[in-house]
Amino acid sequence: MIPELGHISLIIAFGLAIGLTAIPFWGSLRGHVAAMNLAPSLAVGVLVFTAIAFALLAASFLQDDFSVAVVAANSNSLLPPLFKFSALWGNHEGSLLLWVLILAGWMTAVACLSRGLPLAMIARVLSVMGLIAVGFLAFSLLTSNPFERLLPNTPLDGSDLNPLLQDPGLIIHPPLLYMGYVGLSVPFAFAIAALVGGRLDASWARWSRPWTNVAWGFLTLGIMLGSWWAYYELGWGGWWFWDPVENASFMPWLMGTALVHSLAVTEKRGVFRSWTVLLAIFAFSLSLLGTFLVRSGVLTSVHAFAADPERGLFILVFLALVVGGSLLLYALRAPTVASRVGYAVISRESLLMVNNLVFTVAATTVLLGTLFPLVMDALSLGKYSVGPPYFNAVFVPLMALLMPFMTVGPISRWRQDAPRRWLQELLGPAIAVVVLAPILSALMFDFNVWVALAVLLAGWVAVGVLRDLWHRLTAGRSGALQWRRLSPSFVGMTLAHLGFAAVVLGAVVVTQHSEERDLRMAEGDSAELGGFRFELTRIGQQPGANYIADQAFFVVTEGDNAIATLVPEKRRYLASGQVMTEAAIDAGLLRDLYIALGEPVGEGAWAVRLQYKPMVRWLWVGSFLIGFGALVTALDRRYRVQLASRQEPEPAGQGFEFAG
Amino acid sequence: MQVRRFIPLLGFGLLSVLLFRGLSLDPTALPAARLGQPFPEFAKPELQSGEAIGVADLSQRPALVNVWATWCYSCRVEHPYLLELASAGVPIYGLNYKDDAVKARAWLTQLGDPYALNIVDVEGSLGLDLGVYGAPETYVIDRDGKIVHRHVGILDSRVFHADFGAWFSSVVEGTVPLAQRGSVAK
Repeated sequence: MIPELGHISLIIAFGLAIGLTAIPFWGSLRGHVAAMNLAPSLAVGVLVFTAIAFALLAASFLQDDFSVAVVAANSNSLLPPLFKFSALWGNHEGSLLLWVLILAGWMTAVACLSRGLPLAMIARVLSVMGLIAVGFLAFSLLTSNPFERLLPNTPLDGSDLNPLLQDPGLIIHPPLLYMGYVGLSVPFAFAIAALVGGRLDASWARWSRPWTNVAWGFLTLGIMLGSWWAYYELGWGGWWFWDPVENASFMPWLMGTALVHSLAVTEKRGVFRSWTVLLAIFAFSLSLLGTFLVRSGVLTSVHAFAADPERGLFILVFLALVVGGSLLLYALRAPTVASRVGYAVISRESLLMVNNLVFTVAATTVLLGTLFPLVMDALSLGKYSVGPPYFNAVFVPLMALLMPFMTVGPISRWRQDAPRRWLQELLGPAIAVVVLAPILSALMFDFNVWVALAVLLAGWVAVGVLRDLWHRLTAGRSGALQWRRLSPSFVGMTLAHLGFAAVVLGAVVVTQHSEERDLRMAEGDSAELGGFRFELTRIGQQPGANYIADQAFFVVTEGDNAIATLVPEKRRYLASGQVMTEAAIDAGLLRDLYIALGEPVGEGAWAVRLQYKPMVRWLWVGSFLIGFGALVTALDRRYRVQLASRQEPEPAGQGFEFAG
Repeated sequence: MQVRRFIPLLGFGLLSVLLFRGLSLDPTALPAARLGQPFPEFAKPELQSGEAIGVADLSQRPALVNVWATWCYSCRVEHPYLLELASAGVPIYGLNYKDDAVKARAWLTQLGDPYALNIVDVEGSLGLDLGVYGAPETYVIDRDGKIVHRHVGILDSRVFHADFGAWFSSVVEGTVPLAQRGSVAK
């Protein structure tokens, strides 16, 4: 009964979404106020019924109802309850339902928080989001029904959740990632609504900005968690693999990064309007494309869901309608008249254009690399796979190119600035960084030219940002630090830029200075790595909830001090018989020590992999700062004040509230 | 209206055609990242003897490396044909992939053992080095130990005659009868 109720709820949500797509939009074209006023209620209705469907599917998982196909395929009676719950989105059908639920959540948020906007604008924005909901609900109902039953041959027990996914990281990684993916539909909907209404002005950019920043922030956090999860769960200490599915999440991120910055220019200065609209369309299109790549089976990946050409065709048609339709709309309606306001070559606008160029080119190269095997295959030119060497070769120089500009951007002035002023402001930091970078990098590790370069660039960004922060804090006459003068936009940008510097530094250092050893070790053996001594004291066995673990106890010493006891495990899951490596990590700000257990190699000995990973944490701490910073910017009072009073934007200031 | 505003639409149109074409292609037919390169170094236990083996233990003539596991139904479908090939003199090395050694030994006792050696890869690290997508997969290594061919999915006589003949011509020329094609089930 419960699954059937869930199915019915999903159908009702589908009906409401159709209403949401059609009625308010029709109303906005006819000026029919009552029809437009329906939009928020319909959006809430879609949320309510999707949430009911979601809750009922969750109930089926928690009650071990193995007559439901997805439960039987992805859960097991022995699974801990928390994993039974997260198993809901560890599969294609359930994760799609989560996708729709989050979309409905964003719709409702837009409906509730946009009361100050012109009615026609709200109606159109919600209609566009409704259309996306229609597409995905139809996808779910027609090709991937999560409530499908296995009757009458109901299995006695489920075949278990993939052990890789039995991890707290998986509970929050997909929801956060989807918050980002799906959240990009909000700026997309705003862009489409603005194109339809023919009103692509600064206020449109102002309305889109907080939503874009929040969605992009969630996307950042989601990607960060995925990378972290891969690091500790996959057992070989890697943190980014340029896998097609990782790329699928990374492309919208790159495009979103360009969008976040481009929106700033459009909001403040009214320029780049067509370009910003195009970026908003691209960013969401790439997240739809990611969905297609992951769920259609056109590319192979460790992440890919079960391949199904029928599903692939469905998303492709939907993709063609949504993206093709929006690009057609763009071609017909984008403003063709150049902006009144110009800007000089030496200006903040130009610097932000550099940002836009770099990130658009980066997204395009990642797209090319991801699709290259498909292109060659489709043209019958042979089979290829594109690996990390390509991506690193194009991506690393692009980021290195970007960083010198990152420091100048935030301190520069709109419209026209003077190189002499930049020189005055930044000469000190530049000299300090150039002198200190090689010394610092040599002190921390053995001298390495790449690390020195990374310290130089990251230091340049960090020093520039901190100097700017100090400047603002001490701007008052009283001598006291003016924390209150800092706007959330500025704080967010500062955090995000510092985070970016940290990620770059961490990435280069961990790539250049990691050490690892593959060893055969028995009880009593010890080994040295990175100045640490690892002694294997004991090997034992320990049963878990739904697995049995072989455990090896290591005592790690540095000099004479014991600094950690690490217990890597080899788990055998009872239901599937699958074997999983559970790495043990001694985490630190400056280095991780990482032990993974391989196979038993006879006579009580095990294959063991020891790794020394310097500064690997900086990757995630940095990404967290980027994501958190983006969320902070949305708190800026400016956005709320404007929404409430519905005023035209104030004339562009001197760039004090720029948010990255 | 400006023509250049249609450029994104045009680009997307091309992309859609490509993606549509992609739907009808089989990505698992992608070659190994390792094709043309030496078989990766490894140090793994042998399934039956438990001794540690490595690349040096593989023979100096063309051979198959077959990725299999007891949890893989298609491997069971494929198994009789491997026995046939082995009896026709094709050296086959097993890569027992993410499997339970006890079950794997039982399987070989029950169904017959076509493998000259069986590399135990419980955690799949060798599979990772090879670029294995799943089981079954079969690789051809030549006399220099280089990976020269890869087949994803069930190996049957049709596939063998079509794609493996270059390295096993004597076998293809009639010593092995055309066995019936295994149904593809995964």
